[in-house]
Amino acid sequence: MYEFEFVKPGSVADAVTALGEEDAQVLGGGQTLIPTLKQRLASPGKLVSLAGIAEMQGVSTDDAGRICVGGGTVHADVAANAGGYPALAGLAGNIGDPAVRARGTIGGSLANNDPSACYPAAALASGASIVTNAREIAADDYFQGMFTTALDEGEIITEVKFPVPEAANYQKFEQPASRFALVGVFVAKYADGVRVAVTGASQEGVFRWRAAEAALSADFSADAVPEAPAADGMISDLHGTAAYRAHLVAVLTRRAVAACG
Amino acid sequence: MPKDHGIGASPKRREDIRFLTGAGNYTDDINVNGQAYVHFLRSDVAHGRINAVNTGAAAAMPGVVRIFTGADFEGVGGLPCGWCVTDRHGEPMQEPAHPVLAQGKVRHVGDPIAAVVAETAEQARDAAEAIEVDIEELPAVVDMKAALADGSTKVHDDLTSNLCYDWGFVEENKDAVEQAMQDAAHVTTLELVNNRLIANPMEPRVAIGDYNRATDESTLYTTSQNPHVIRLLMGAFVLGIPEHKLRVIAPDVGGGFGTKIFHYGEEAFCTFAAKAINRPVKWTASRSEAFMSDAHGRDHVTRIELALDKDNNFTAVRTETYANMGAYLSTFAPSVPTWLHGTLMAGNYKTPVVYVNVKAVFTNTVPVDAYRGAGRPEATFQLERVIDKAARELGVDPIALRRQNFITEFPYATPVAVEYDTGDYHGTMDALEKIADLSGFEARRKESEARGKLRGLGVNCYIEACGIAPSNLVGQLGARAGLYESATVRVNATGGLVVMTGSHSHGQGHETSFPQVIAEMIGIDESMVEIVHGDTANTPMGMGTYGSRSLAVGGSAMVRATEKIINKAKKIAAHLMEAAEADIELKDGQFSVAGTDKSVAWGDVTLAAYVPHNYPLEDIEPGLEETAFYDPANFTYPSGAYCCEVELDPETGKVTIERFSAADDFGNIVNPMIVDGQVHGGIGQGIGQALLEGCVYDENGQLLSASYMDYAMPRADDVPFYNVDHSSQTPCTHNPLGVKGCGEAGAIGSPPSVVNAVIDALQSGGHDVTHIDMPVSPGRVWAAMQG
Repeated sequence: MYEFEFVKPGSVADAVTALGEEDAQVLGGGQTLIPTLKQRLASPGKLVSLAGIAEMQGVSTDDAGRICVGGGTVHADVAANAGGYPALAGLAGNIGDPAVRARGTIGGSLANNDPSACYPAAALASGASIVTNAREIAADDYFQGMFTTALDEGEIITEVKFPVPEAANYQKFEQPASRFALVGVFVAKYADGVRVAVTGASQEGVFRWRAAEAALSADFSADAVPEAPAADGMISDLHGTAAYRAHLVAVLTRRAVAACG
Repeated sequence: MPKDHGIGASPKRREDIRFLTGAGNYTDDINVNGQAYVHFLRSDVAHGRINAVNTGAAAAMPGVVRIFTGADFEGVGGLPCGWCVTDRHGEPMQEPAHPVLAQGKVRHVGDPIAAVVAETAEQARDAAEAIEVDIEELPAVVDMKAALADGSTKVHDDLTSNLCYDWGFVEENKDAVEQAMQDAAHVTTLELVNNRLIANPMEPRVAIGDYNRATDESTLYTTSQNPHVIRLLMGAFVLGIPEHKLRVIAPDVGGGFGTKIFHYGEEAFCTFAAKAINRPVKWTASRSEAFMSDAHGRDHVTRIELALDKDNNFTAVRTETYANMGAYLSTFAPSVPTWLHGTLMAGNYKTPVVYVNVKAVFTNTVPVDAYRGAGRPEATFQLERVIDKAARELGVDPIALRRQNFITEFPYATPVAVEYDTGDYHGTMDALEKIADLSGFEARRKESEARGKLRGLGVNCYIEACGIAPSNLVGQLGARAGLYESATVRVNATGGLVVMTGSHSHGQGHETSFPQVIAEMIGIDESMVEIVHGDTANTPMGMGTYGSRSLAVGGSAMVRATEKIINKAKKIAAHLMEAAEADIELKDGQFSVAGTDKSVAWGDVTLAAYVPHNYPLEDIEPGLEETAFYDPANFTYPSGAYCCEVELDPETGKVTIERFSAADDFGNIVNPMIVDGQVHGGIGQGIGQALLEGCVYDENGQLLSASYMDYAMPRADDVPFYNVDHSSQTPCTHNPLGVKGCGEAGAIGSPPSVVNAVIDALQSGGHDVTHIDMPVSPGRVWAAMQG
């Protein structure tokens, strides 16, 4: 990797200041950025690590009953401590391998918005609020396409608030090499309706499968899941065609609903 | 009662103490005082003409010692090819030049253009980025059939085409095979791909060149399976260094799987550059470099036809294969699709006539060469797949069809030029049927179906030619090397032994298994025997380890040398006991005089050899050290029968392996635990090939599967626990240990049964699918189910 400066501020405010400098780059758990640096595909002048910010750590419950995860919380901590939202804890506990879960953070995953990452599906299906140093962004407004989000330059995800559904389940079909989601479907049933978020499948990144949401809101059963969505706009690569991914969206949605019991 | 020492015992591997505790001495662990580091600037296009390489700015970068380009290697030899195949018309293959650094053109992504030597690896990499390369990109040739079409871009401008050779075997049988096809009651045809693989040893390649100006000696430390072969190829053909001025050391090597047999340009570069700058030069491949510079494996496109008579006897086999050579000929590349492949096309069956046609093709891809099994997996896969397809077409049991056609009398001369010395194919199939619990399959299938899954069972046999190889025979076939093996056995004064072997261990456990043989022969404890390998300075000229040859050939050399030791020791013992040499017996480390109670211990004799006060100096020399070279009379022919049971999720196409059983005949076995491990590892690689691994290029020659993000290696949860059985043993008749070799069997024997099982599962679910190419990924299965 190229040379860079490294700072590890102790507060969000200090991190924001540090990120104001030219060529500064935020570092979450580094599960994407460090390999990118090692491949010399990025050359930030300064890395601003969020790992030392205590106020961004941990899982709690707010007055509204939402599960609140600090932006710097690693997957292993969510898996262990988000028992109030079992589907979320289960998702976190099945990201990558133990080494990844010990370092990777929820804020890093959502900020990167990899089209095959797991967390975007949870956030979008849950209608989560993405809290930053500057504002609170609804998940529906946050995800704006592959590797694209509503975050401004230097904006830091400090917390993610998940309304807890009546029932939820995440089904991941793993790409055999990377074990990222070839397709992942998160189904969350709330009192006011069902939300279905799909990762891994679309060229536009995570998306809500509205047809399934409508059908499941009317009848929350696996049999109610519609036929597979159109393959147009789905990812096609050496691991699966667009048609295969579209097919898996429906299969995994059915399985997620069935698993909700 | 299993033995607790000697041949047939399973002592734990003594080398694992250092491997498992981080105390191994791998090439990258070696640092030579004053070493500089090299970074190779590699082509990012698959095919292009180099107009200019401007190193001016890069040379001024911090820490840069010197930058080398192809021009520095003008007048230096290219990388040699170790095997010349003669084509159907009696003409030698087309053999392109293979420069150490690209000259004029780049021919695959990863082809090295320039090399920067600097004080640190990072500085070398920084400077490499500053080299200005003007490359005119040319159309890339990736598909083999397109490469042979008229008007195709040529990978090598000075060759007549992209055809390396068009090989026919046995050419004289061509017409007879055609006649048999016409006369057949049934012909089954199958077109298939044997997928390109990347070997991925855990340790990437490393090379360190060192030059001693005072002695004019060069030393190369390298990750090699055969240091003497590297010394000969690099010294004689590339750099012009005689053997006595060149030492090659291959210390602990973290897995080879074939891809560390070959002589690579990076080795020659480090040796060359060390002399040029008078400093040691070190190179450690990144994993990304390994993907685009280690020789790949397999990559055949094949059409096979199997002819049967009305009684389902096999009457002929005909195959046509396109074999990818990549952009250059790697060291043994031409031999893999020919002599290591065509000679196995009779399989375990008494098919009277066989014709094999192989077209080897140059493409703008990484060179392809031997990978665990090398040619034999490709032969086994197509034959065992087409037999399964024939059984299905004819509505007969696939095991019964195989049994009906088994060779049962040995020795057996096949129609493809080899003679199987021993085997018992019914015996291994009997063993398989027991361990695979075939009778319980239907119940297991019903249980799977109750859960909405399809279950399939696939069986295959295999035969391989190992113990490579009789030198006079391979010489006739085009090998430019002998394939004997060597051993020096040095007995120390106090009775311990050091065996210097030409074999090389890169995970096989020779340091444990070889002493078991010597301990058995002398009747001493294994701990008295130490194995030395991997350094041309202290081992006799040997050919190294590949082709499941170490015990069969290297072990035989060791036995021969030990026999010489014992013969001499008996002479000494006879003198010490004032008895006739003919009356001396050796048992449990004691020399005794037959019919008396007189005896002397092994240690007394060895001491006498080095302190020859009471010694027959007029008849024999002091000391106890002997060398033997062993050249095998024939290949060995391990064989076996494998069974795979899969479960298939019809909704997603995902296949999981539920049971895997392997019954092998390896002849005599020295260490059953190590043999189990070799079989386990081989099956793991075979399952990897069958379900997961696929090296993929796009039409522009860009490597799409260029990292573990896209190249799927098998992981622990991808493979089941294996049932293995070695009880069927027909010892090899022509080597002193009666051993056949076990290193490649698992990789050769496992892919067909996996695919056969997948097809069986799909058919059981009413899906009319007759073939799916490997890797049998969920997406491919699902697509096949859609019709």
